Amino acid sequence: MLFTLAAAISILAVALICVFLFANGLPAMFQIGIPEFLLGTTWKPGSDMYGIFPMIVGSIYVTAGAILVGVPAGILTAIYLSRFAGSRVASVLRPGIELLAGIPSVVYGFFGLMVLVPFIRATMPGRGLSLLAASMLLGIMILPTVITVAKNALDAVPKSYYEGALALGATRERAVFRILVPAAFSGIMAAVVLGVGRAIGETMAVVMVAGNQPVMPNSIFEGVRTMTANIVMEMGYAADLHRGALIATGVVLFVFIMLISLLFSAIKKRGEER
Amino acid sequence: MMQEIKQDARIAPSLPVISETKMGVEELDLFYGEFQALKDVTLDFPKNEVTALIGPSGCGKSTLLKALNRMNDLVDGCRVDGLVSLDGDDIYRDVPVNDLRRRVGMVFQQPNPFPMSIYDNIAFGPRTHGIKGKAELDVIVEQSLRDAAIWDEVKDRLKKSALGLSGGQQQRLCIARALAVQPEVLLLDESTSALDPISTAKIEDLVVEFASKYTVIMVTHNMLQALRVSTKTAFFLLGEMVEAGDTDELFTHPKDSRTADYVSGRFG
Amino acid sequence: MTLKILRALVYVGAILTALVLAGIVGYILINGIPHLKPSLFEWTYTSENVSLMPALVDTILMALLALVLAVPTGVGAAIYLVEYARSTSRFVRVVRMTAETLQGIPSIIYGLFGLLFFTTMLGWGLSLMSGACTLAIMVLPVVMRTTEEALLAVPESYKQGGFALGAGRVRTIFRCVLPSALPGIVGGVLLALGRCVGEVAALLFTAGTVAQIPDFGGQGIFALFDSCRTLAVHMYVLASEGLHMDEAYATAVVLLILVVILNTGANFAAKRLKRGM
Repeated sequence: MLFTLAAAISILAVALICVFLFANGLPAMFQIGIPEFLLGTTWKPGSDMYGIFPMIVGSIYVTAGAILVGVPAGILTAIYLSRFAGSRVASVLRPGIELLAGIPSVVYGFFGLMVLVPFIRATMPGRGLSLLAASMLLGIMILPTVITVAKNALDAVPKSYYEGALALGATRERAVFRILVPAAFSGIMAAVVLGVGRAIGETMAVVMVAGNQPVMPNSIFEGVRTMTANIVMEMGYAADLHRGALIATGVVLFVFIMLISLLFSAIKKRGEER
Repeated sequence: MMQEIKQDARIAPSLPVISETKMGVEELDLFYGEFQALKDVTLDFPKNEVTALIGPSGCGKSTLLKALNRMNDLVDGCRVDGLVSLDGDDIYRDVPVNDLRRRVGMVFQQPNPFPMSIYDNIAFGPRTHGIKGKAELDVIVEQSLRDAAIWDEVKDRLKKSALGLSGGQQQRLCIARALAVQPEVLLLDESTSALDPISTAKIEDLVVEFASKYTVIMVTHNMLQALRVSTKTAFFLLGEMVEAGDTDELFTHPKDSRTADYVSGRFG
Repeated sequence: MTLKILRALVYVGAILTALVLAGIVGYILINGIPHLKPSLFEWTYTSENVSLMPALVDTILMALLALVLAVPTGVGAAIYLVEYARSTSRFVRVVRMTAETLQGIPSIIYGLFGLLFFTTMLGWGLSLMSGACTLAIMVLPVVMRTTEEALLAVPESYKQGGFALGAGRVRTIFRCVLPSALPGIVGGVLLALGRCVGEVAALLFTAGTVAQIPDFGGQGIFALFDSCRTLAVHMYVLASEGLHMDEAYATAVVLLILVVILNTGANFAAKRLKRGM
C-alpha cells in the first residue's frame, strides 16, 4: 500500500508540474496573444512587448550547433571505446567520461567564460560571448551522454555479427562500419536525441557564455538568448505579465522537451521491434 | 619421388593411397592465458576431403578449428606456438589475415546472418574483397545460394531481411555467404547442432557434395554425423589429439583404448 | 580508402574527447588549487574572506534533506514496480511514463515549478526547504530507475528461497531482496547526490542566494525556511559578479573533488553489485 503511494508520487509530480506551469503560463500567453508571443521578434518587458521568437530560434541554433560539435565526436569516441581501444586506454578514458558527465554545468560555464570566450574574442570577430561559444560548450557537455548511449548500443550488437564479418575476411574497420554501426543505428539515433534534449534544456552554462541579447542572431559570432536563459535572467525581478511571459517561455520549452521525449520513445520502440 | 606417387594416384584413382595436404598443423600448442587448450597437435587435412574433429566438450576441437582461420586472435591472451600451414605457407606469418579468412571460410554453431537483406548478406563478402559490379554480384549471389541449396526458397525475397528466415534456412544462408568469397577451405563449427533433424540432413548432404570442390573441416558432437559425411576423423581429449585416421577405420578398429571408449559411447 | 579515413576519424574523435576532458579538469585544477586558502574555509562568509564554508555546509544540508525525501519514495516506488505490480496494468504504465518524463525535464523547469508551488503557493519563500523539495522531485526518477534495475538484477531464487521459508512478502523483500540490491541502490543515491551538488538553475528561485548557514541553534526547525546558497550557486554568483575569480576557481576545485568522490563511490558500488551476482 505504502509502495503504491510511493509509485503514485511521480504521477502526482508530473501532474502538479503541468498544472502549475500551464495555469500560470497560458493566461499570460493568451493575454499577449499566441501569435505575438510565439512569433513576435521583440522582447521588451519595459514596454510590455513579449515576443519570444528570437529565444526559440536561439535555443534551436544553439542546440543544432551543439549537435554539430558533440555528436560526431561522441559517436566516434563510442566506436573507439567499443571496438578499437586497448583495455588500458579504455580503463582511463571510461572513468574520464563519467567524470565529464558529473561535472556541474556551472563549472562548464565557468570554463567556457574563462577559456572559450576569450579565445573566440581573440581569434574571431565579435565579443566572444556568442552562439559559437554556447554551441561549442554545449557540444562538450553532451559528449558523455552521446558516448555512453551510443556505446551501449554498439556493445549490444550480437558478437556473432562482428565475428561473422571477420570470418569472411573483412577488416576490423569494415566489420565495424558496415555491420556494427548499421546494426546499432537506432540506438545511436537515440543517443543523438538524448543529446538534443540535454542541450535544449541546459541553462547555467549557456547563460554564462551566450551573451544573452534577446534579438535574432545574424552570425555565429553574435550573442543569442535561449529560452532557458530568458527565464533565468529575468525571473528574479519579474512581476505581473512579465513574470507570466517568463513562465509561458517555460511552457514552450516544456512542450519542446515533450516532443523530443516522444521522438526518443518512438526510436526506442522501433529498435526493440527489430 | 612425389611425382611418381602422384602419377600412381592418377592411374588408380579408386585407391586413395595418398592425398595432397591442403592444411596442416604441426606441434601446435595453444594457450588461453595460463590454460593450455591444445597440446602438441600434429594433423593433416587432405585436399577435397571432409575431415571431422570429434571429442567431448572442452577437448579443444573448436579451438583447433578457430586456430585454422585465426579467429582465436579475437580472444584476449591467446597464444599460439607451432606451425599452421595452408598450401605449405605459415598462416600466422606468411599469409595476411584477411586473405587467410577469405580462403578459409567459416560457418558458426549458431546461424549469424547480418541484420540486412538476403542479397546484401551474400554480397557482403565479395564486396569486402573489391567486387562492386551489380551484374557480377548478381551472378555470385545466385550461384552461392544455389550451391547452398537455398536458392529456390529465397529467390523471390532476396531484398527481404535475412532475419525473417527459419533457423535451418539461416544456416544455409550463412553457408552460401561463406561460399560467395570462393574459399578453398570450409570450416564448420558444429554447424548443425542448433538445427532440427531435417535441416541437419540437408546440410549434411551439402557437405558431402562440397568435398568435390572444397576441403571441409568440421567439428561435430554427433558421431553418426562424422561417420556419415567425413572420410577422415581425428579424436581429441583434454587438448590432445588421441588418434586420427580413416573415418571407417577409426570407428570400427580404433587403435587407442580411449578412442574405443568414446566411439562406443562411454564418455559423455 | 573511405574506411581508412573513417578509422582515422575514430582516433581523432577519441583523442579530441580525451583532450577536452584533460583540458577542462587540468585548467580548473591548475588555476584553482593555488587559491585554496584557509580563509576560504572560515565559518562565516564576509565579502573579504569570500568563504565557501557556509555554501559547503548548505550543500550538505540541502542534499541530505532532498535525499531524505527522495530516497524512501524512489525506493518504495521501485519496489512497487518490481515486486507488486503486474507490468500490464495501466497504473504501472502511467507510473513508468511519468518517471521517464520527469527524467527528461530540464532543471530550469523544476526551478520554475518550485518557485510557483513551494516558494509562492505554500508560502515557504526562498528557503532550504523549498530548494530541497524541488531537488527531491528532480532526483526522484534517478533513484527510482537505478533501484528498479538493481531489484531486477536480484536472482528470482533469492525471493523463492525467502517465500519457501514461510517469510511473508514484505519480510522477504526487506530481508532477502533489498540487501542484495543494496550496492545498486547506493550507486543510484550517489548519482542523485551528484545532481543535487551540481544543481543551480533549480535552486536560484527556490533556495535563493544568501550565503549563510541556516540558524538551527536560534530558530530550531524554522531555520529550514531560511534562504541559503549551495556551493554550485555560490560559484555561479562569484563568476557572474566577476569580482572574485580566484575564489571561483577554488570553488570549482572543491566541486570537482566532490564530484570525483561521488563518481568513485558510485562506480565502486556498481562493481560490488556485479561481483555480488
